[in-house]
Amino acid sequence: MKKEEFFSAHDPKIIPLLQNAVIGIAGAGGLGSNIAVTLTRAGIGKLVVADFDKIEPSNLNRQQFYQDQIGMPKVIALLENLKKISPFTTYQIHDIKLNLDNILLIYKDVDIMVEAFDKAEMKEMLIETWLTNFPEKPIIAASGLAGWGKNELLHTRKSDNLYICGDEETNLQSGISPMAPRVGIVANMQANLVLELLLSAL
Amino acid sequence: MKTIFVNGNSLNWEEDMNIDLILKRKNYTFKMLVVKVDGKLIKKTEYSKTYVQPDADVKVIHLISGG
Repeated sequence: MKKEEFFSAHDPKIIPLLQNAVIGIAGAGGLGSNIAVTLTRAGIGKLVVADFDKIEPSNLNRQQFYQDQIGMPKVIALLENLKKISPFTTYQIHDIKLNLDNILLIYKDVDIMVEAFDKAEMKEMLIETWLTNFPEKPIIAASGLAGWGKNELLHTRKSDNLYICGDEETNLQSGISPMAPRVGIVANMQANLVLELLLSAL
Repeated sequence: MKTIFVNGNSLNWEEDMNIDLILKRKNYTFKMLVVKVDGKLIKKTEYSKTYVQPDADVKVIHLISGG
C-alpha cells in the first residue's frame, strides 16, 4: 500500500499536519486502545503509548484486542494490531506503569496529551503533572463514561488547555461498568478533539 | 452581594473563602478533583491555603474511574 493511496480520501492540505503530529496516549485499555486505533486510521505521524497491564478476558468487552492476545502486555498487542492497520504512523510503546517522574520523560516531545487511564487517582495525577509541567500543551482527559445509553449527557468541557470528555457524573458501581459503545464514543470524542486542535490552523 | 463563579454558577463569596470551603458549600464529595481558579491549577495540597477573591472563576472537575 502506498502512502498516497492510504491518504487518497483526504484533503491534501491536512496530510502534513497529521503526519507531523506527535500524540501521547496515557493508558492502553478501553480508552487508549480505541484512541490509538482511531488516530492511526486518521494518519497521525507518531503515537507514544504507555501501559503496564496485561490483557485479560474481561478486557475484550471494550478494548481493541483479540482472544489470541490474552495474557500479552497491552502495549505489545496494541502495536501488533496498529501495524496491521497502517505503516504510516510511527509507534513508540512503553510497557511501564506511569508515575510523576517517567511521565515527564516519556511524553516530553508530544504535541497533545490524551489521558486514557481507568482509575480516577491516575487521571488526577496525570492532569496535575501535565498542567504543572507543560501548561502550554493541551491535555484531553475523560471522566464519566461507564454504563450504557444517555448519549445526550456526553459532552466536552474546556478550561484553557485542559479538555474533559464524558458525562462527568456516572460513577463506577455494581452493575455499572464501562462497556464498548460508550467507552468507544468517549475515546473517539477525545481523538476527534485531537484532530480539531491539530487542524485548527487551517 | 459579592459572588464567585463555580463551574459557571454563582456562589456567595465569604471572607477567608478557601478551596476547602467552596467544595463544602457546593457539597462536592468526590475525592479526585482538578481545581482551577482563574485558569490556574490549584494542587490538592494548596486547597486550604488558596483564598479566592470576589468574581473568581473557579472550575472544579470531577475525575471518575472508568476507561
